[in-house]
Amino acid sequence: MLRARIVLTLYILFLMLPIYWLVNMSLKTNTEIVSGLTLWPHTLTFENYRRIFTDSSWYSGYLNSLQYVALNTVLSIALALPAAYAFSRYRFVGDKHLFFWLLSNRMAPAAVFALPFFNLYSAIGLFDTPLAVALAHCLFNVPLAVWILEGFMSGVPREIDETAYLDGYSFPHFFVKIFMPLVASGIGVTAFFCFMFSWVELLLARTLTSVDAKPIAATMTRTVSASGMDWGLLAAAGVLTILPGALVIWFVRNYIAKGFALGRV
Amino acid sequence: MDKPVNQGAWLLVLPVLLIVAFSAILPLMTVVNYSVQDTFGNNQFFWNGIGWYQELLDPSTDLGGRFFDALWRNLLFSLLILLIEVPLGIAVALSMPRHGWRVAATLVVLALPLLIPWNVVGTIWQIFAREDIGLLGWAVNRLGIPYNYTADPLSAWVTIVTMDVWHWTSLVALLCYAGLRSIPDAFYQAARIDGASRWAVFRNIQLPKMHRVLLIAVLLRFMDSFMIYTEPFVVTGGGPGNSTTFVSIDLVKLALGQFDLGKAAALSIVYNLIILAVCWVFYTVMTRMDAQRN
Repeated sequence: MLRARIVLTLYILFLMLPIYWLVNMSLKTNTEIVSGLTLWPHTLTFENYRRIFTDSSWYSGYLNSLQYVALNTVLSIALALPAAYAFSRYRFVGDKHLFFWLLSNRMAPAAVFALPFFNLYSAIGLFDTPLAVALAHCLFNVPLAVWILEGFMSGVPREIDETAYLDGYSFPHFFVKIFMPLVASGIGVTAFFCFMFSWVELLLARTLTSVDAKPIAATMTRTVSASGMDWGLLAAAGVLTILPGALVIWFVRNYIAKGFALGRV
Repeated sequence: MDKPVNQGAWLLVLPVLLIVAFSAILPLMTVVNYSVQDTFGNNQFFWNGIGWYQELLDPSTDLGGRFFDALWRNLLFSLLILLIEVPLGIAVALSMPRHGWRVAATLVVLALPLLIPWNVVGTIWQIFAREDIGLLGWAVNRLGIPYNYTADPLSAWVTIVTMDVWHWTSLVALLCYAGLRSIPDAFYQAARIDGASRWAVFRNIQLPKMHRVLLIAVLLRFMDSFMIYTEPFVVTGGGPGNSTTFVSIDLVKLALGQFDLGKAAALSIVYNLIILAVCWVFYTVMTRMDAQRN
């Protein structure tokens, strides 16, 4: 037991040190950062954070990011729900091939799609809108959502469907009124993973936006200027991108293990 | 396996089919189209057949040499990642508490790196590993080991591998932990009564339960490390020299940097085919395992 404690403590220390260092940097002035290594901020300052919250080109990046992440999560789940139901309940021509093909898109490298997506979304006039990024992220999030939801739905006994049909429920009525509440925790877990993968992705999000819908992660590259790196500001922006994720994990902490338990991530 | 046959189910799958076709097939058709053409600019294209592919798959040409270098580099990286992250992830999962409030707390802490945007992961390590302002770089240099990831290829590799271990080991650990949770306490009690060693418990009780999740963990870690782009790009930009230029980084350089559409497109197709093949092998093994269990 002691050995387990040591392994875990060391690992958590390893995880936390770089994050601590980022927070440490964000609370320092740039003069302190470049003048020598200090283990904690000697001249504590919140100036870096203040600059982010008062400059609209900074905080609008957060709003843009949250906008397309939310849009993508809703889209992915809405589209994946009926499909996952079909896969968990019926056999049909080509079902296995279709499932594999969907899954393979989860593994497709974003770098391959960057340029064609740029052409595609420019051609249909969606370039530089949150909708473009949300649609682009569907490439990997929709297959993922189908995969996770199918696992949860297969856990619901089929007798429930049959009873509902015998009772005269139509399919849409049954699906919304009876079935969806039964897989509510599955929908929650799926939403978590859709949020996660849309939030952390940058290559596509950056390629598909220029000014109006620019995600926060791309705004961060601005701190590299002619006068050198603004390390404090960069660190503060970094800390602020960790917070939404940390908040979401805290809310779903009891479901994470369950979602992973299905082994479908 | 007694699901009823119902072709009407296609209607339910249709929306997903349309959206994925829109965002996967349509762009891929563009790529295929580019990959067989050459251009002199001004949007004038002419047929080039399989020329780009021949050049790409021939290591003696400029493009081919570049591609194979990046490919071997990337495979070495993926191999290193798997060799470190899988055993470490299992060790962490075995050390996790099984009951009480510490379970939730540990889960939250472990999952934290997974929800950090990938370029911020790069930024964190860019700062943390710098020799002048970063704790890690400073400490290593203080110990007398020369370490500078912007100038020395070995340092750059160590930084990127450590960063990936930091970023993704938790995923392996969480997956294994989920597998371990399905073992009833009675199994452990029985093992204790039989006087089973720690190793025997691991080999006969815990490992079999983790089989499937481990397969998924290996698949995901292989795929994601094989198409890694953002994190090394932020930290090293592919350098020093080309020492950390992986396939995705090279591809983006070709496509968006040099606008060499034909070459980039041919590379994309080959890259995608490799991934599709690996994915298919894993999928087949996985469905076989499921079928055996039922």
